[in-house]
Amino acid sequence: MTILAINGKKIEAAGGTILDVARANGIHIPTLCHHAALAPQGACRLCLVEVKGMRVLQPACTYPISEGMDVQTDSPKVRTARKFVLELLLSDHPKDCMTCETCGHCELQDLIYEYGVKETPFVGDRHLFPPDERDPFILRDMEKCIRCRRCIRACDEIQAVNALTMMNRGFRAKVATAFDTRMQDSNCIFCGQCVSVCPTGALTEKDSHGKGRDWQTTKVATTCPYCGVGCNFDLNVRDGKVVKVTSAWNAPANKGALCVKGRFGWQFLHHPDRLTTPLMKTSFWKEIKGTEGAPSPYKGFVETDWDTALDAAAGRLSAVRSADGPDALAILTSAKCTNEENYLMQKLARKEIGTNNIDHCARL
Amino acid sequence: MSGLGASFGSGAMTNSIEDLAKAKAFFVIGSNTTEQHPVIGAVVKRAVRRGAKLIVADPREIELARIATLHLAQRPGSDIALLNGLCHVIIREDLHDKKFVADRTEGFDEMKAVVGTYTPARVQEITGVPAADIEKAARLYALSKPAAILYCMGITQHAGGHATVMAIANLAMLCGNIGVEGGGVNPLRGQNNVQGACDMGGLPDVFPGYRKVADPEARASVEKAWGAALSDKPGLTVVEMMNAAHEGKIKAMYIMGENPLVTDPNLHHVEEALKKLDFLVVQDIFFTETAALADVVLPGAAFAEKDGTFSNTERRVQLVRKAVEPPGDAKPDWQIIAELAKRLNGDKASWEYASPAAIMAEAAKITPQYAGISHARLEKGGIQWPCPSQDHPGTKILHVGRFSRGLGKFSAVETIPPAEPSDSDYPLTLTTGRRLQHYHSGSMTHRVAGLNTLLPEERMEINPCDASPLGLKEGDMAVISSRRGQVKARVQLTKRIKPGVVFMTFHFPETAVNLLTIASLDPVAKIPEYKATAVNVARVE
Repeated sequence: MTILAINGKKIEAAGGTILDVARANGIHIPTLCHHAALAPQGACRLCLVEVKGMRVLQPACTYPISEGMDVQTDSPKVRTARKFVLELLLSDHPKDCMTCETCGHCELQDLIYEYGVKETPFVGDRHLFPPDERDPFILRDMEKCIRCRRCIRACDEIQAVNALTMMNRGFRAKVATAFDTRMQDSNCIFCGQCVSVCPTGALTEKDSHGKGRDWQTTKVATTCPYCGVGCNFDLNVRDGKVVKVTSAWNAPANKGALCVKGRFGWQFLHHPDRLTTPLMKTSFWKEIKGTEGAPSPYKGFVETDWDTALDAAAGRLSAVRSADGPDALAILTSAKCTNEENYLMQKLARKEIGTNNIDHCARL
Repeated sequence: MSGLGASFGSGAMTNSIEDLAKAKAFFVIGSNTTEQHPVIGAVVKRAVRRGAKLIVADPREIELARIATLHLAQRPGSDIALLNGLCHVIIREDLHDKKFVADRTEGFDEMKAVVGTYTPARVQEITGVPAADIEKAARLYALSKPAAILYCMGITQHAGGHATVMAIANLAMLCGNIGVEGGGVNPLRGQNNVQGACDMGGLPDVFPGYRKVADPEARASVEKAWGAALSDKPGLTVVEMMNAAHEGKIKAMYIMGENPLVTDPNLHHVEEALKKLDFLVVQDIFFTETAALADVVLPGAAFAEKDGTFSNTERRVQLVRKAVEPPGDAKPDWQIIAELAKRLNGDKASWEYASPAAIMAEAAKITPQYAGISHARLEKGGIQWPCPSQDHPGTKILHVGRFSRGLGKFSAVETIPPAEPSDSDYPLTLTTGRRLQHYHSGSMTHRVAGLNTLLPEERMEINPCDASPLGLKEGDMAVISSRRGQVKARVQLTKRIKPGVVFMTFHFPETAVNLLTIASLDPVAKIPEYKATAVNVARVE
């Protein structure tokens, strides 16, 4: 064990960086380029701390602890340095928080608030990039980029795709695809890991724009409906509608990572094509009711209510069973439905109908 | 799954996703992992960057093939020969794990005798993979421990799929890669809850927990739990159901959340079969191609509109939570099934469920692997089965120290050619698969605008060597015919695919590739051969 002091408090730790140890002990050190799922970068200088005996401030995110170390995380010197960094960042950032999609869960906004940076003393040129709306799913507003490289690192370290890189140098530096193309013309696979780690409004979920800020949505942890990996994510819900999917970083199978379908493929939920009422084939309706029935949007089908539909279905299934035996019936259950529903479906087949003719698309 | 069941005693992914990061080598066969299981694909890519070896066996140069240590582009339907060839070289060069073979397995000598005839030269003849690469792959797999095998439908959707899985099990056992971290035989399950649908007895021959319906003891225990006499006669699989419907033996069907009119092989036959039914009930969230043939259509709920659980490919049972209400009068499927069941017999009490948690409580009583699983426990995080009791933490790795069936069983398996080899009338082999941006029959993903932007239509992949004599250029329309039907699709010229083979997906109902596929079934697993269909391709003028 290593013994060190942070803000005068004696701490024992097995190892790690100053940031790791501070956070494990409930000591707040602000960061911007740091992300728990990514390797430390040491780029943003927000986590600067005083280490006794060192001439200059040190980045807590990359600085390993050592025996007898004496660290100050919130001294006037540290706060001044951090405020200076924030003033520089603000000098090249649009002040449009009122309309920004990320307002309310923007890490830059939170720090500007924490450090009370009302105006920046630095005036001069500012990046003026028009928002890039050419791609599906991901909206890139590079005026809001603070060049922390989290997106580039997520694309590299989590996804191993490397669609994003830093182009140009110095003031002209910008996160882009190779040759600054649309993302769909690069090797991007639209997993959206870049969006999930962006600390500002530079990368956002295009389809979620205007549908609700972070504090207006509730998050419901659930499991993805697409492939068998079993990724967990949070459905962001506002006014009874899903408006966004966000990463669940503690998820056992996917650890925050998602693919294009899991992260962006939720719109089918509220598609106008969803079935909203039981339907019966018009000829079947006429046969049992003797009337025309209520028209439906589907040719050859009428709308009906649950009791009518279920009574008719049960009646006909029972009739076939009586006439031709239980094995004249067959059931396809579903690999898209829940365990509980599959359990009930086979119980229905075996117990109520009396057949083992039950299968699903496992083989397809 | 039946192949692994025969070899190991349990037909599920042996290891965990997290565990894959510890593999020193991967052998990926019949799985386009980065497109079909993208998050697992990324785990493999990261491991390769850290120095893990990667062998990819696939007729296409899939994304993983590009970063592979070795890519073996075998002919569709020649996997058994390839796997036997690997075992041949490993035994010949004395690279196998003799202690593991002696202590934990049976049937080695019989297997050895068969693979003894699969010399690299003979395997090259059958598979088209150079003999030197077969030797190199065998050494890579045997000498990098632990090594994980990943496979998917590229293995199982063949006339010899069941035997191919046993050949995979042979290879893994030969090198002692079972029951160890970072090793294992890992079938990647395609659908979100295909594992759970199987676990819960959504299969014609087993009750929940894979207990055979024909086994009197198993049947007696379920009969006791449900208070009803049950049939001992195994039922029909999906393709057999369609055949029986076509013959008039199946007269009524109830189909929930499936779209066989797009996803099943030989669609003309499926359509005729469904039209012959006296009565069809379809329960879905959209008016699918199959729903259009129904007498009654019941509107179900999507995953975000109901509570429940899904079991993922690594056997992890996880909660699905209701976030929004179903649209209109649509209802959660569990309520619909229960309502229908109440109307099918008088025993209403056994169909009164307060919640999906209550259903799981009942299911866990007759599903040994789920005995310790409840919604209350899952609130704290998913649990990997087998989980036999309330205090059991779940099982990350299967077959540690002992196989589910006791000893692991080597199987002597011979190569099984595709049911329909290419010939002069149908000179190309069509192999089907999936792409990243869409899902199955597309009823969900075609209703996401951005996904349609990224992949608006089907494209048939064809090697320029095959395209040029047909006068096909990039973007041309082609008509693809098999003995069962024809479809039109735009062509994409690519050297990713082997000469002699063309590739299509089944995501686009308007380009219904399953009009072409053959419903020939593996004799044991009853899986149709989607991965090898003899076709003819011609340019549309």
